[in-house]
Amino acid sequence: MSIETKSGTRRTRTPERVRTPARNLALSALRGLALAFVSLPGAVLCFCLTLVSVALVPIGVGIVTTPWVLTGVRMFADWRRLLAAEWGGVRIPRAYRPLPEDANPWARTFGMLRDPATWRDFRWLPVDMTAGFVTALLAFVLAVYPLEGFVIAAGLWRAWDDTYWYGFVPVSDQITGLYAAALGAVLLVAAFRLSPLLLKAHFRLTGAVLGSGQTELAERVRVLTETRRDAVDTSAAELRRIERDLHDGAQARLVAMGMDLGTIEALMEKDPAKARELLAQARRSSADALTELRELVRGIHPPVLAERGLGDAVRALALRLPVTVEVEVDLPGRAEAPVESAAYFAVSEVLTNAVKHSGADRIWVDVHHDAGLLRVSVTDNGKGGAVIGAGSGLAGVERRLGTFDGVLAVSSPAGGPTMVTMEIPCALS
Amino acid sequence: MRVVLAEDLFLLRDGLVRLLEAHDFEIAAAVETGPELTRALAELKPDVAVVDVRLPPTLTDEGLQCALQARRDRPGLPVLVLSQHVEQLYARELLADGSGGVGYLLKDRVFDAEQFVDAVRRVAAGGTAMDPQVIQQLLSRRAAEDRPLERLTPRELEVLELMAQGRTNAAIAGRLVVTERAIAKHTANIFAKLSLEVSDDDNRRVLAVLAYLDRGR
Repeated sequence: MSIETKSGTRRTRTPERVRTPARNLALSALRGLALAFVSLPGAVLCFCLTLVSVALVPIGVGIVTTPWVLTGVRMFADWRRLLAAEWGGVRIPRAYRPLPEDANPWARTFGMLRDPATWRDFRWLPVDMTAGFVTALLAFVLAVYPLEGFVIAAGLWRAWDDTYWYGFVPVSDQITGLYAAALGAVLLVAAFRLSPLLLKAHFRLTGAVLGSGQTELAERVRVLTETRRDAVDTSAAELRRIERDLHDGAQARLVAMGMDLGTIEALMEKDPAKARELLAQARRSSADALTELRELVRGIHPPVLAERGLGDAVRALALRLPVTVEVEVDLPGRAEAPVESAAYFAVSEVLTNAVKHSGADRIWVDVHHDAGLLRVSVTDNGKGGAVIGAGSGLAGVERRLGTFDGVLAVSSPAGGPTMVTMEIPCALS
Repeated sequence: MRVVLAEDLFLLRDGLVRLLEAHDFEIAAAVETGPELTRALAELKPDVAVVDVRLPPTLTDEGLQCALQARRDRPGLPVLVLSQHVEQLYARELLADGSGGVGYLLKDRVFDAEQFVDAVRRVAAGGTAMDPQVIQQLLSRRAAEDRPLERLTPRELEVLELMAQGRTNAAIAGRLVVTERAIAKHTANIFAKLSLEVSDDDNRRVLAVLAYLDRGR
């Protein structure tokens, strides 16, 4: 089957090798022509309208017209962004500041004029009407000019009485006409490579002037704002939980213990038997308080994590679970404490999920560090169907990891197996 | 009986010194840090070491590491490790050399002076003292996947648990308020049901049970 396919492609290969570049050349030429046609008048029109409209702002008219004109400029730029992406594969990010829907013309005008993206558009227009126009037009000319050489050789040379210059070849008879055809052939070969390159250069130029690094920054700021809010929310919720646990647990037990001790003091002489009974109770209270504190500490920062690092902490965690967990660790050092902690609790949550919901009887955990990334994968042989969100706890894990620019991926087809992979960028010490 | 004690918190160290001295132990040294402990164990050659897992200067598991190293240098050196939390991982490392004379207890166990002192004596004599929490974790894990354990009666399970903690037949009998002979019968049954080799030596017996419970992990 596969061999047949192979021979099939081989048979069609030779014609295609010619057809594809020819098609590419024709496409570049047509696109270059279209771009040249549009960019010069479009850019000149946009440029002039913007100048005039902004100049009219002081006398008031500009305040009404400027938003319209600038919106037009943006549409023109957007259209060119689209072409750059579709024809040239050059992605030019769009980074206009949003304007309020109900803004009055005044706010609209000045909002737009204050946007650095507006001025980037304005700078781009003269570039587009000159360098942009030339590159696009050249892409077309380079593809078409050689054809003229062939036409001349075919007999067009007779149409002129004087010597006609085709490139640097003076054409006056059939022989020189053939020279022109030869030059045309050379140019055509060059055009196969150069024409698409010129078009690409046109889009690159557009991207360089029109695009900005700001979009990525803006996106980064958005992500950081979001993850910071999550982190603050999570830590506030954690603190509330700890406060509640201490208040209802250890603190209450210590109060009870103090009361018992007071009673014991009073009873020692009168009723030694009762005092002894209360003493035993006080001791139980102190043991319970310790147990509760220990659980609480484990929830805040597991002691093994502090003592041994992530690898052994995960191993210790695995030993506590009622399911066989195989742990594979390859960490040449220790990550920073907050990263370790986040990774630990993420693994803990994922393992708990697997034990509770998957019905798995075997789980594999792999922890390793590679190329600046801490990678943890948890695989189980359960029934699958795990999803992020839907109160699965995985959404919480994702949020926790987000604070550290970590990501979570879940592959869990119905019927299993489930594989949860976490990645956190970090350095080991 | 000479004891080297390592504990960084003054209150606890002081309390342990007083507790042990009140039970006729001789405190050869009471130290605060890992390096001091290593030096004391090498120079003073105590009968038993009582060590906190977490010690300065690193405040990681320095005490445990010092104890394990000391046991490698002097096999069979009795060490009782104390901690605020117990981990099967650490228990397994302590038991790994299979030579006995190890203890691993929660600090809370100090509340019951008699039992704690009994544990120190047992470890010093080459026996084992495992925290009930370690044993319970082992048992609950084992129970989830182990057929032979299901065949034990509740009473036998109880005996198994106490045996795994390192207690002698006499101690178990005292704890469960039955005769020593009854306990001997229970242990024989347990060993038969779990297909373990019967041994008269108390310590060997404990290690066999612990190895059984921790098998395949």
